[in-house]
Amino acid sequence: MQKLLFPLLALFLLTALPACKDDTKPDPTPTGFGDVVIEFENRAGDETLVFGKDYVNAAGETVNFSTFNYFVSNFVLVSTDGTEYVVPKDDCYFLCNGDDADSREITLTNIPAGDYSHIHFMIGVDSAKSVSPVSERTGDLDPAGAASGMYWSWNAGYIFVKVEGTSPQAPVEPSTGQRIFQYHTGLFGGFNSPTLNNLKEVHLDAPHEAAEVRENSEAPHVHMYVDVLEMFTNPTNISVAANPTSHAGPYSKTVADNYADMFSIDHVHNH
Amino acid sequence: MNKILLTGALLALLLSSCEKEDKKEPFVGPQLPSNFPQPAYDLSANPVTEAGFALGKKLFYDPILSRDNTIACADCHISFAAFTHPDHPTSHGIDNLFGKRNALPVQNMLWRTSFFWDGGVPNLDLVPLNPIQNPVEMDESPDVVLEKLRNHPEYPGLFREAFGSEEVNTARFLQAMSQFMAMLVSADSRYDHYVRKEPGGEMSVEELAGLAVFQQKCAACHATDLFTDQSFRNNGVIDDFSLDKGRAEVSTFSEDIGKFAVPSLRNVAATAPYMHNGKFKTLESVLDHYAGGGVKDSPTLDPLLRQSDGTLGIPLSTAEKAQLIAFLNTLTDETFLRDARFAQ
Repeated sequence: MQKLLFPLLALFLLTALPACKDDTKPDPTPTGFGDVVIEFENRAGDETLVFGKDYVNAAGETVNFSTFNYFVSNFVLVSTDGTEYVVPKDDCYFLCNGDDADSREITLTNIPAGDYSHIHFMIGVDSAKSVSPVSERTGDLDPAGAASGMYWSWNAGYIFVKVEGTSPQAPVEPSTGQRIFQYHTGLFGGFNSPTLNNLKEVHLDAPHEAAEVRENSEAPHVHMYVDVLEMFTNPTNISVAANPTSHAGPYSKTVADNYADMFSIDHVHNH
Repeated sequence: MNKILLTGALLALLLSSCEKEDKKEPFVGPQLPSNFPQPAYDLSANPVTEAGFALGKKLFYDPILSRDNTIACADCHISFAAFTHPDHPTSHGIDNLFGKRNALPVQNMLWRTSFFWDGGVPNLDLVPLNPIQNPVEMDESPDVVLEKLRNHPEYPGLFREAFGSEEVNTARFLQAMSQFMAMLVSADSRYDHYVRKEPGGEMSVEELAGLAVFQQKCAACHATDLFTDQSFRNNGVIDDFSLDKGRAEVSTFSEDIGKFAVPSLRNVAATAPYMHNGKFKTLESVLDHYAGGGVKDSPTLDPLLRQSDGTLGIPLSTAEKAQLIAFLNTLTDETFLRDARFAQ
C-alpha cells in the first residue's frame, strides 16, 4: 500500500504544481525595483501598547510604560528562492519612537522585485556606524538631533532600546520620589578595547504569504509586532522590584537577551 | 600748532594701525612636533581654518552651551593651567553641583586615542557632547544647544564664515570645537627643546638625573613624548571603587574596576591637583604616594606597582624624588600656557 502511495503522490504533485504556478505567478521572474514598508506595532502581550495603561509582566508585577524607543538597522531580505538582498547599510538606520507612529512605519526603497519570505535585521546600531565620523551621523543617528535621547555621550554610543515607566512594585527613586523603572540598553562591543556587545540579530519568517515586491505597484506592508513585555522574560524574568534600572552595566546583557525575541511578523499585506 | 600736532598724531596712529594690519600674521594651523608620534585625529577630514578656530574658541568660552547659560567649557578648563581647573580636586558645574573626577587638561588632543578618565569617548569630535549632557556639568540637551545657536544674533554668521553657509548642524558645531582644541598643542617646553636639540634646551645636571630616573621608573606608563601610553591602570590611589568604577563604568567588565586613563605629564607643574579624584595637591605628595607606602592594594592594582619583594609602589630615594621633580618642571610650556590665541 505504501509503495503505491508514493508514486501516486508524486504523480499528483507533478500535475498539480505547474497548474498552481500558472495561476499565481503569471510573471515568474519579476524585474525592476520596488519598496517594502515595515510597520512596527508596539504591543504589550495580546494588545496594542498604550502608554499610561497598566500591564502585568512575567514576574507578576504591574508595569505602566511611558517610553519605548528602539533602533533597527542592517536589513536583509531573503526571497522564496533563497536569494539575499542586503539593503544598503546607510539607507537603513531607523529610530522607532514610541511617541511617534510615523517613525514606526519605515520604507526600504529600491528593492529588487521578488517574493520575500524572510527578513533579518539588527536591534541597535552596528559597531562600524557607532564609531563613524560625526559628519556621517545625520537623520535618525544625529546625536544632537533625532537621537539626542538615544545616545550616551559619556560612553560614546547609541542606546539601542529604551524602556521607561512606573510600577507600584518598583522602589522609590530618591530624586523624583516616583516608583520608576528604566532600562536603557546599548554597548556595541567597544571601539579600542572590548566592552559588552548587546547588538542582536533578528531573523523572522513571513507567517503566511511572502512580501511581493513589484516595479510600479504599491509596496507590500510587513506588519510587525514589537512586544515590550518580552523584554521582561525569556530567558530571564526581570523584576522591576529587584532590578528597576539598567544602563551600561553588566545587567544590560540580561535585558538584551530578553528583548532579542520581542519582534515578530504578524502578517504581510500585499496590494 | 595744536591742530598740526593732533593731525600728525592721528596720522601716525592711522599709519601704525595700517602697518599692523599689513603685518598681521597669516593664520597657522596646528603644528605637529617632530618628537610626537602620528596624530590619532584625522585633520584632513576637518582642516583647521582661521574662522573655524575662532568659532570653536567662541563656543569654548560661551556659557550658552549649558542649560541655564551659566557654565562654559572654559570655567573648568582654564588656559593658564593647561586647561585644567586649578585648586579644584573635582569641579563644580551647573547649580554648583560637584562632579566626581578631576578636570583633565585640554592639550595635545590630536594625539589622544580615547578621552576622559574612563576612555568612554573615541573621537575628539564627540568630546563636547559629554560635558554638555552631564547633569552636574552643563546639563543641556545638545539639540537645544544647536537651537540656541541658530537663534543667536552672531553664530549663524560665524558658521557661514567657517563652513560656507549659516546652517548650524551637529557636525559643524562639533568640528568647530575640534578645530579650537586641535590648536592646543603643547610642545614648546624646555624638555622639548632639549630632545629636539634646539636652542633653549639646556638641562641642568639635576634635571638630567631626573630624566634618567623617569625613564627607568615612570616611562613604562608615561610613555613617549606624549608622556602617556593612553592605557587604563589602577595606580592604587584608592581601594574603594563603589562610587566610581573607572574604566569599568564604560566597559562593564570587573577586571577594569578602578582603572583610569594614564594622564600625560605635560605641564604637570601647572595642573595641580593630581589623580582622577584630585587627591594630591603637590607633585611631592604624588611621589610620596608611589614611594612612601601610599599605594592601596585591590584586585586590579597595576602589576608594575607590585615589587618582587611584595611591597607596593615604586621605590624612590629622597634624592631621586628631588631629581624627578626638577625634571617634571622642565615639561612646563610657558609659551602654551600664555598663548593669547587660546586665552579668553
